[in-house]
Order: sequence, then C-alpha cells, then structure tokens
Amino acid sequence: MELKDYKNVFVFAEQREGNIQSVAYELLGKARDLADTLGEKVVAMLLGCGIKDQAQKLIEFGADEVIVADCPELKDYLSEQYTQVVDQIIKERCPNIVLYGATTIGRDMAPRIASRLKTGLTADCTKLEVVSDEKSNGEPQFRQTRPAFGGNLMATIICPNTRPQMSTVRPGVMQKRQREEGRQGIVTNFVPKFDTSKFKVKLVETIKEDKAMVDIADAKILVSGGRGVQNKEGFDKLQALADVLGGQVSSSRAMVDNGVMPHERQVGQTGKTVRPNLYMACGISGAIQHLAGMEESDFIIAINKDKFAPIFSAADLGIVGDLHKIVPMLTERLKKEIEK
Amino acid sequence: MNIIVCIKQVPDTTEIKIDPVKGTLIREGVPSIMNPDDKGGLELALRLKDQFGANVTVVSMGPPQADVIMREAFAMGADRAILLSDRKFAGSDTLATSYALAGLCKTLDYDLIIAGRQAIDGDTAQVGPEMAEHLGLPQVSYVCDAKKLDNGNLLVHKENEDSVQVLEVEGKCLLTVLASAFEARYMTVSGIVEAYNKEVEVWNADKVGYDESRLGLSGSPTKVFQSFPKAMKAPGEVHEVSEEEAVELIVNKLKEKHII
Amino acid sequence: MIRSFAENEVKPLAAEVDEQERFPMETVEKMAKLGIMGIPIPKQYGGQGGTVQMYIMAVEELSRVCATTGVIVSAHTSLCMAPILEHGTEEQKMKYLPKLASGEWIGAFGLTEPNAGTDAAMQQTTAVDAGDKWILNGTKIFITNASYANVFIVMAMTDKSKGTKGISAFIVEKGMPGFSIGKKELKMGIRGSATCELVFENCEVPKENLLGQLGKGFSIAMKTLDGGRIGIASQALGIAQGAMDETVKYTKERKQFGKAIAQFQNTQFQMADLKTKVEAARFLVRSAAWKKDNGIPYSADAAMAKLFAAETAMEVTTKAVQFHGGYGYTREYPVERMMRDAKITEIYEGTSEVQRMVIAGHLFK
Repeated sequence: MELKDYKNVFVFAEQREGNIQSVAYELLGKARDLADTLGEKVVAMLLGCGIKDQAQKLIEFGADEVIVADCPELKDYLSEQYTQVVDQIIKERCPNIVLYGATTIGRDMAPRIASRLKTGLTADCTKLEVVSDEKSNGEPQFRQTRPAFGGNLMATIICPNTRPQMSTVRPGVMQKRQREEGRQGIVTNFVPKFDTSKFKVKLVETIKEDKAMVDIADAKILVSGGRGVQNKEGFDKLQALADVLGGQVSSSRAMVDNGVMPHERQVGQTGKTVRPNLYMACGISGAIQHLAGMEESDFIIAINKDKFAPIFSAADLGIVGDLHKIVPMLTERLKKEIEK
Repeated sequence: MNIIVCIKQVPDTTEIKIDPVKGTLIREGVPSIMNPDDKGGLELALRLKDQFGANVTVVSMGPPQADVIMREAFAMGADRAILLSDRKFAGSDTLATSYALAGLCKTLDYDLIIAGRQAIDGDTAQVGPEMAEHLGLPQVSYVCDAKKLDNGNLLVHKENEDSVQVLEVEGKCLLTVLASAFEARYMTVSGIVEAYNKEVEVWNADKVGYDESRLGLSGSPTKVFQSFPKAMKAPGEVHEVSEEEAVELIVNKLKEKHII
Repeated sequence: MIRSFAENEVKPLAAEVDEQERFPMETVEKMAKLGIMGIPIPKQYGGQGGTVQMYIMAVEELSRVCATTGVIVSAHTSLCMAPILEHGTEEQKMKYLPKLASGEWIGAFGLTEPNAGTDAAMQQTTAVDAGDKWILNGTKIFITNASYANVFIVMAMTDKSKGTKGISAFIVEKGMPGFSIGKKELKMGIRGSATCELVFENCEVPKENLLGQLGKGFSIAMKTLDGGRIGIASQALGIAQGAMDETVKYTKERKQFGKAIAQFQNTQFQMADLKTKVEAARFLVRSAAWKKDNGIPYSADAAMAKLFAAETAMEVTTKAVQFHGGYGYTREYPVERMMRDAKITEIYEGTSEVQRMVIAGHLFK
C-alpha cells in the first residue's frame, strides 16, 4: 500500500462517563479544516458503553462519519482495551491523519498505538496545517507545530514516510465549529475482536478528585488580587470570576500580610513563582517583588484604578478602572459566553 | 524483585534563554539535571526496595556526559547503572528512543519497569507507553501511587484530570510516574562517596543487538521540519474606557487567546 | 545534592530562624539522616568517609542560604569531631565519634573566656587532678551550639606555672556533675545558633576524658582552630555567594530610569569586582582544604582563606544591601540578614587581626 492510499482525517472522540469531552469537538473543528484542504473526509471514532446515541452530535460538529464501538469492555478507559479497538479500526480503514486529545487518556493511548503501528506521533500540537509549497514539492504536507524546551522553542514536525500521521492536541487549543443541527452523516457500528489474554490491568475503582487542595503554581488560570480588592468580600468577587474561568485565586503580599488570604496563595518574592496561561492582576499595583513572581505568565491582564501603577508595564492588556465594578460584570458576561 | 528505572539527562528548561538576535537556544551555562519525573520514578523504585527489597537498575540513553545522573542515581540508592551511548542513536525521535531502550530492557531480567511521565525538554510523554508496546507489557501512566499487594500484583493509582483510577496490574508492567507524587530523597553523603567507586556500564548498540534501520534518525518516523523561537511578546496596551467597554475588551482578548 | 537540600529545606527556614533566634533542630535532624553531620569522618567511626573538601563545600552551600546552619555544622565538625579524631585515643574515638558523626549528638568547643579571647593563653578555667577524676572550675563564653550540644572539647589550665604548656584539653559531656549551660547571648547575626556560657562548678570529668597528652591543650586548640578556620572561611564564602546570587537576581529585575539596574555600568563593574573576590576566596578555601586532605601543612593557608573570605563576605553583603536600596534594608530581602551574619566571620575562631598575626608569623619565621 502506498502513502497516498491512506485517506481521511480521523479523530478519537474521547468520552468520560458517557460524556463526550469538549476536546473531541475542538479536534473535529481542526480535522474539518485539514480534511477540506486535502479533499478528504472527517471520521470520528467513538468508543464506550451505551454511547451510540451521541454519534449524531459529533456529526453536527463536523464529522462525516462516526465509527462507534459500543460494548461493556469499553465502559471505562483502559489502555489495552482501547488500544486494541483503535488499532483495529486504523488497520481496517487506513487513515491519513489521526488526532487525539492530549489528555491523560489520549497521551496514554496514542503512543501505544504509534508504537504498534510503527508510525510517528507528535505531542501537544498547538498548530496543525496542510501546506503545499516548494518545500513539499507541491504535494500537500501535514505540518505539526509544538512547543519544546519548556515552551522556549517551537518546532514544526513532519511525518514523511509512515501513515497514519498522528498528533495529540491539548484541550482548549483548537476551536470548535458552530454546531450545525441536523447535519447528515454516516454512523458505522464497529464490533471489536478482543484478545482478552492481554487484559492485565483491572479497574478497581475511580475516585473523584477533590480539588480543594490547590497549588497556585500549577494553575493554568489565576485571578489575583491586591490591596485594591480590600477585603474578603472583594476576594469573593475574584473567586466567582475564577470559578467561571476554571482558575484559581491568588494574592499579592499585602493581602496575605493583613490576613485576608493564606500564605500558600501568595505570588511573588516571598510567595510563589507562577506562570499560568492567564494571569489577571486585580487591584495589584505591581511592586517589583510581585512582578518577579508572575511576569513569565503567558498572558497578563491588569485592572487597576491608578493608571501609573507599575503593573501596567508588565501587562499585555491593561484596564484603568474599578475592579469592584468590572470583575462582577465580566463574570456575568463570561457565564453567558460559556453557555453558548 | 528486579526493577528497571529509565532516566534521562535534560537541560534545566527553567534556566533556558533564547538568543534574542539569532533566535536560537542558549545552552551555555544551562545546568543539566536528572529529569524530574524520572527522579520521581527512581524514588518509587527505591521505596519499593526499602519495603520489599529489590535490585534497582537505572538505564539511560545519552551522551557520555550523562554519567553524572547515573552517579546521582547511585548516590540515591540505585544498584546498577547502564548508559546506552552510541552515535547510532543520534537523532532518535520517541519511537526510535523507545525501541532502543526496550531492546536494552529485553537483555535484562526485570519484574517492573518505571519511567518518568515525560521529560521537560520534550514534554511528549510518549517514550514510556511506546516502550511498553515494544515489550508487550501492560502500562499505567500518570502514576501517583503504587503498592505491592500480597498476591504479588501492583495496586496503582493513575491521576486523571478529574479523577484517580485505582488499577490492579497482574504480572510484569511498565509505569510512568509523576514527580509531584514521589518527592525524591536527597543523595546521602556516603552515597556520594560510594557513587564514585561504582561503575557506570556504558553500552553501545552492538552490545544490545538491534535492527539498525530502526535506530536514530533513519528509524524515526517524525522529522523536525523547522524550529523557531516563540514569538516575542509585543508591548502591552493600556485602555482607559468605560466598564462596559473594558469587559468587551477582556472578553475579546480571552477569545483571541483561546482561553474561553 | 547539598544545594538542593539547602534550597528546599534550609532556605525556607532561614528568615524565621533569624527572626525568632531559634536553633533549627529539625534541620539538624534532616542533615543527620543524609550524613551531613559526619562528612570527613572515616567509616570505621561511623562517618561518611568523605574528604575535608566535601565537608567545606557542604558548609558553603548551607551558608549560602543560612549562615546559622553553616556554623552549626562547622563547629560540630571542625571544633569537636576533628580534635577527637586527630588527638583522641581509640577508646575515645569509638565512644564519641559514631554518635557525633551520625548526628545523634551535637558537638561544641570551649576555649574563649571572659578574660581570654584573642589572648587565649590567659585561661582561667582550671582542672585539678583528683585521683580518679579531674575537677574543673571556671567559665567559658560565646560557645556555639552550647545548649544543644552533648559533647564539648574544653580547655583548662592543669598547671598554671607552665603557661600555655600547662593547658590541657578535656572531653566533657552534657550532664556531668557540676557542669551547666549559662546565659544565652543575644547576637547581631547567626541568631539561630545557640551561643551560650559554659559554667564549671567543681565539675567532675572522668580521668580517661583527657584529650591528648597532659599539657598539650593549647597546641590541640590551635590545631583545631586551624582546621576550624577552613570551615568558617567556607561559611563566609557561602554568605558572600548567597549575597551575590540575590543581588544578581535583584538587579536584573529591578528597573529604575527605564532599565534594569544590572544594565548600569556602575552595577556591572562593582559586581565584577565582587565576583572576582568571591572566586579568589573560593580558591584560597579549596586550596587550604586540599592541603589538609593531603597531609600538607595548611595553617597559613587556613588563616589566609579565613581572612580573605571573611572580609570579602563583609564587603559583598554590605554592597548587596546597597544595590537593593531601601528594600535591602528591610527584612523582606535576605541581604540585610546576610550582612549581619557576615560580620561574625571576621571575629570568631580568630579575628581578622589574629589571622594576620598567623600569616605574618609564617612569613617571618
């Protein structure tokens, strides 16, 4: 079989407890772009138990076909069971590209499959594109861009000689398409053939995480408050915003010293150094000790009444204004955005 | 019990800087360290050794300079260290790396293989599961706890985004572990003294015996097409506007950055 | 290894230990587990079998983040274990070294008296032969580790008529009858180290606890201090390095007049000079330790290392505070503590003036 005979863009549609994860729709959005450029189809793989009914939703988010493997063995994610099924589907259907979510499921299974198929896999891609240019001799080439060296460098990876070409993508990186209700597509039932002698791992129980203990250094989104927040009630407003964004609340030293916030939430010289994807500094003037702890954040938004506050020199977006008004309004607005 | 722990020497990425003019990595003066998740893996192996008795062998693939982390492993309590070092491995992607390490493991007697979840220079988390596949072993990744049961099986906790799965593994297996769950012990002073009296075995490709078409650059299905520094941060913008407009600005930025 | 231990376990406590003048017992326990309390002691005496060079590097790394912790290890190792190892009988070594090297016991050293500081020959503490035991009377002051130590090397006059040749060394244990710990000093720096008086009131010390030969105490004390000086030099070096590191970090972050203060030539040139001095101190310290490891006389080397490292530490920390400006004067940044800690290195285990005397003595002998 030649490379050009491998066709279509496949997406592993991750579900947990029967709920299709947002990352699956995001991948479908990107898969749609890639497939359209290549003139190929988007195929979703949906594995689970009692999930057949949800195939239509994947079609409405961009899949042309959904391959459903619905059986008790696939109720919970287990490496070997899922690998066997995805491997069988890929071997039967010979896709050109396969995308997985870079989650604890996708990052567990995709390398296992890559190794079984002896093909390439690129982790945590932030950009995926199909390009035909002089560097690819005019042929469409799948280029996968990802960060390396702790995000200090970006690398574009290609997989020229083996198929399928596979990538994982973190949740939140790609954009979902607008849902197209009533969109038509094919749902194909797949009956896996399990080699049960390989099932050596048994699920004893699943413990729902209590995320009460948080380390702000691990948080991807931080809503941080300083002297301008004033008191506990002020921080409640920040907490509401953090909840909507799925982030955590942190604090400047001033609000720790006066006992409003605990020390483990403190950012800066005598607190923690953080580098989240989003750092929202609310009512923080931006003393050097504070900046030292957060200036490496990917994106910094500052809200402060004082337009000369040094925090604005570190911010990507600065808003001169009253956080006590802006933060609640923003929270309400974001609630509506996210419901959409 | 014989445990193999896979470790890697990595540049400390928190210390890496980009040359603002040339756009290349400045490697000079960047300290090399044992990859943190791998160190967590070694810690798990040493805890099992403390509890049940075990022979802990650390293996690594890398240049001769990786000797330092092998000695660090000795000083923490490892019993044997094998460094796979050969020009034939140069340019390996994760698949070629996992093939090389798996080949080495096949020549050793083991009951359990432990690797770090991912290395901080690549962050792929692929070598462990790919090795498990080459070796035909069951795997558990993102391990945050592991105990040996009376029946000889392992009871392993896998940390997911929203839950912890408790898994029972029968027979030999490969685990990839999280550094945060296994705070590594310090080397002891006597460990350091002894580490320099022990031998780090350096093996080349011939000593293991490989299908050489699967090694190094030629054995790697993925190739680096190009690399470039992350776009520099543009200077920020400051707006003095009404509250409504401020909210609008923020929401638009958050959308642009895919945060919502 | 010591660096990561120092960064993770010692540094977080440094400010608190200073603020509360608290002996960091928990750190000592952790160091004991790792073998840091017995680095240059041979394995047969329960030590780690390491070298003096390894030991002083550990003191440097600990002092880089917390000078208190550095001096605890230094006094314990250089002033208590070293004289037992070098001058003790086999029985004394077997009795004391394993417990000290494992960190189960902490060691201290008593030479200085109210009227015998730099002029250590003026010892007023006496030891009288009472047949089956020695009876000690007198007071020692400024004793590092005192209230937490289990074993003390104590100098006392056994024959006043012989001057320095009438001084002998004794191994005194905590709890021996007539031995008590007096008042604790309130100090400017190294505030976590327990510095107290030792009081001997008809203190009974067993006959076999005479260390070395009768009348050799002064010589033992001087040799012990030679070794101790390498430890204190390392402590000073560590303090200087710690202040350098803090200042480099701060001057890169701190912006004034639109640029980082590290970009000003004044900063760069001054820091270049300081860095050169720190490196020079490091070579003096390492060279003295290397000589001690290799059995080469090192008395002048140790004096030069301590003199230079201590004065460098004082200069670097003073300038570090200056570079930090007003913030440097506050306790939010560690450099003010480092400046206070640095001062003692010019004073204890022989003042800078004594070091100059030692160096000159070798020069003009």
